[in-house]
Amino acid sequence: MSLEDYPRVSDWLALADGKLQVRTGKVDIGQRISTALVGIVQHELTLWPAEIDVQPVSTKSSPDEGMTSGSNSIEQSGHALRLAAATLRAKILAHLSDRLGGEANDWTLDAGELTGPGTNRPLVLLHVLAEIDLDMPVDPDARIAEAGAVKGLDMRGLPELVKGSYRFLHDLDLPGMLHALVIRPPHAKARLAEIQGDLASKLEEDGFHILRDGSFLAVAGPQEWPVVRAAQRLANACDWDLGDGLGDGDIFSALTQENAIRLTVEDGKPVKDAPIPQDLPDTTHRARYERPFTMHGALAPSAACATWDGETLEITTHSQGIYILRDSIAESLGLPPEKVVLTFMPGSGCYGHSAADDAAFEAALLAMAVPNTPILLKWIREDEHAWEPYGPASATEVAAKVGTDGRLQAFSAEAIGGTFRGRPRTGPNQAGPAKLLANHFRSNSVGPQPGAPNMNRHGGLQRNLVPIYDIPETRFVKNLVPEMPLRTSALRCLGAALNVFAIECFMDEIARERGADPFAFRRAHLKDGRAMAVLDRLESELDARPLAEGAGRGIAYAQYKNAMTRVGASVDLTVTDAAEIELHRILLVADAGRIVDRDGLAAQLEGGALQAASWALHEAVTWDRDGITSRDWDSYPVLRFSGVPEIDVILLDQPESKSLGAGEASPGPVLAAIANAVCDATGLRARRLPMTSDALTSLALQE
Amino acid sequence: MSLKLRINGEDRTVVSDPETPLLYVLRDELKLKGSKLGCGLEQCGACAVLVDGKVEMSCVSPVATFEGRDIVTVEGLAATETGQRVQAAFVEANAAQCGYCTAGLVVAVSSLLSENETPDRAAAKAALDPHLCRCGAHPRVLRAVEIASGQA
Repeated sequence: MSLEDYPRVSDWLALADGKLQVRTGKVDIGQRISTALVGIVQHELTLWPAEIDVQPVSTKSSPDEGMTSGSNSIEQSGHALRLAAATLRAKILAHLSDRLGGEANDWTLDAGELTGPGTNRPLVLLHVLAEIDLDMPVDPDARIAEAGAVKGLDMRGLPELVKGSYRFLHDLDLPGMLHALVIRPPHAKARLAEIQGDLASKLEEDGFHILRDGSFLAVAGPQEWPVVRAAQRLANACDWDLGDGLGDGDIFSALTQENAIRLTVEDGKPVKDAPIPQDLPDTTHRARYERPFTMHGALAPSAACATWDGETLEITTHSQGIYILRDSIAESLGLPPEKVVLTFMPGSGCYGHSAADDAAFEAALLAMAVPNTPILLKWIREDEHAWEPYGPASATEVAAKVGTDGRLQAFSAEAIGGTFRGRPRTGPNQAGPAKLLANHFRSNSVGPQPGAPNMNRHGGLQRNLVPIYDIPETRFVKNLVPEMPLRTSALRCLGAALNVFAIECFMDEIARERGADPFAFRRAHLKDGRAMAVLDRLESELDARPLAEGAGRGIAYAQYKNAMTRVGASVDLTVTDAAEIELHRILLVADAGRIVDRDGLAAQLEGGALQAASWALHEAVTWDRDGITSRDWDSYPVLRFSGVPEIDVILLDQPESKSLGAGEASPGPVLAAIANAVCDATGLRARRLPMTSDALTSLALQE
Repeated sequence: MSLKLRINGEDRTVVSDPETPLLYVLRDELKLKGSKLGCGLEQCGACAVLVDGKVEMSCVSPVATFEGRDIVTVEGLAATETGQRVQAAFVEANAAQCGYCTAGLVVAVSSLLSENETPDRAAAKAALDPHLCRCGAHPRVLRAVEIASGQA
């Protein structure tokens, strides 16, 4: 999409302030994409990092590359930038040949300098660039530089981070700026009846601004802590109509085909109006795997800064998708989209659709109420935990028929769950505004709306529902449960986390039952040579690493979206007498195609593995009729340093293949490898996340 | 009413309400934005500072309780050899992803190394356990501890 929509070199590269400026629509959300993009341009043009800069990503000036999500940035922005830079290199050489003689290929480019026939001393690339009009088409067949290590590719921003001088959105401090907080209802069904007494007017007399629009209530003032105190006082003075409260039945018993919109999935893609295939006859194995509502749990509560000057609304946001957010904010406020300008500034890592978009719209509402004043609105921890759009609770049901030869003859998988599609994408029936939280509570309320199925290949619930294995007869069904008790949206990996967990646990269960070697059983159903290479390497590495006494070992394999990075994972762990899992070691072997930023790639795979470990051992949103009960890091525990295992990442470079994104490739295999290792250690088969000591204890009691 | 604080080796007078948590005074009044608010509940470590050489969370305790004590924020760490060594080790180990937890971790590792010159893996994990990292940069942070303590 990136290059099709932005086909010119000048769409991607510009010369300004004596540096080559990288223009991208992809944003840094903790995954170090800008470092990798700079590395690509650096490699093609042999420049040094200090000679390249990345322009701020803004709806005013940047290419609209849609979302920064789905591990797509290297393939989209990275591919476009590589070709744009390669086109530019060819153009520079041709330009010098025209101007100074010789053939284009008599000129060489090295370390940012050009030498050719008759040059006394090298020409500086950045100087020559000033003579070239970058407004030319990107040549899709431009010859790209040979693969190789990129010189001096250090993580952008790290020297500033360790000194405390790096600036996050949360650190903005503009002249005349007000801090703002929202006062939230006890739960999503509650509505504001009244604010007791005259607190609101007293606060206004003290210089606070209070915005009430229906049940949306917010306060702003010049200093942050007094605003926090004012918000607490307002919260205490609010009377809420609680309605029926939240639906609090067992969520897993509600995840059924009867409650769902059902769609046949063919080749990874849901097919509209196609009949649901019959159940497989004569299945020999059957299992259901489950995952609860899961938080993104960003370390920084969401924030945004907005200013309205009576004509234009400027918003600084850490959103993953500034263009769709702009359109939905514009629609919500009745403004033309070009009067709303969104510019990205980093927040903390988000791991999917966090509350960033909600915060941006809320800041905008306050900015419209207090014109010509920058409003820095921040969520608080308890609200981030209670109100962010969660990853949906879901279940994956698998069944198989195993022949007497030990091969899978038939396989069925059904994904059942709430929607991952909570991003504010505009559409009929105010679909975009309906996904901005504040719109649920304003007097002219919009949304929430029932979930609608994502029909894309490997979108939503169906991501990695189709196993990578070669099986003669298959059936796949997506079951979207449109009405869920809690708001949900995209969480890292979407359906791939649970689906890979399900498939790779199921493979392990069948292999174990048949006494088959887990590597051999997988290999018997694989044709892809690169998958084999990953498994071979994982197995030979494990042969050299004996398992500690009393420990269990599990493995798993998957290729993200069956088309992107391949990951083989192994986990060594013990289960204590208190039924607690202690992770010892995670080993990942990955093939992400041609490597751009070796360390950044390893970091993404490690980070995914550890997030999966946190999901596997700890994470589950809890609630009752009165609201969300997991409102802090005690009631929603996550992986801490004490639980972190040793982790090794082995990268299989494929210099002749395209570069693939890897941020979501490792979690699925690691989830399954943990459960498979638990089974290896204890004989217990955990099919629901998280595998807490309570969960393992009840499994043991059922045995 | 004003309070006197010693921050990063300098005496500072602040006018914030004495009940204000230290973090808000650092960030809002003194414009030291390196320390971060992650939870406001002393559960995540993003706001960690050194108080008389020990790691303390700054997001809950009122500023008045810090009067007469020696406060060092991430901005002041480079004044010590240990602080510089830890900062360099974090850079060498690429010990961050989004970096929101980094300031608190650099503070905590500096404190750890001033008390224990060569902490083993278990000691490092124990010292860093109050600090959350959601990106999964933990292995690199532990590597930074090894580099900074000459054990790499």
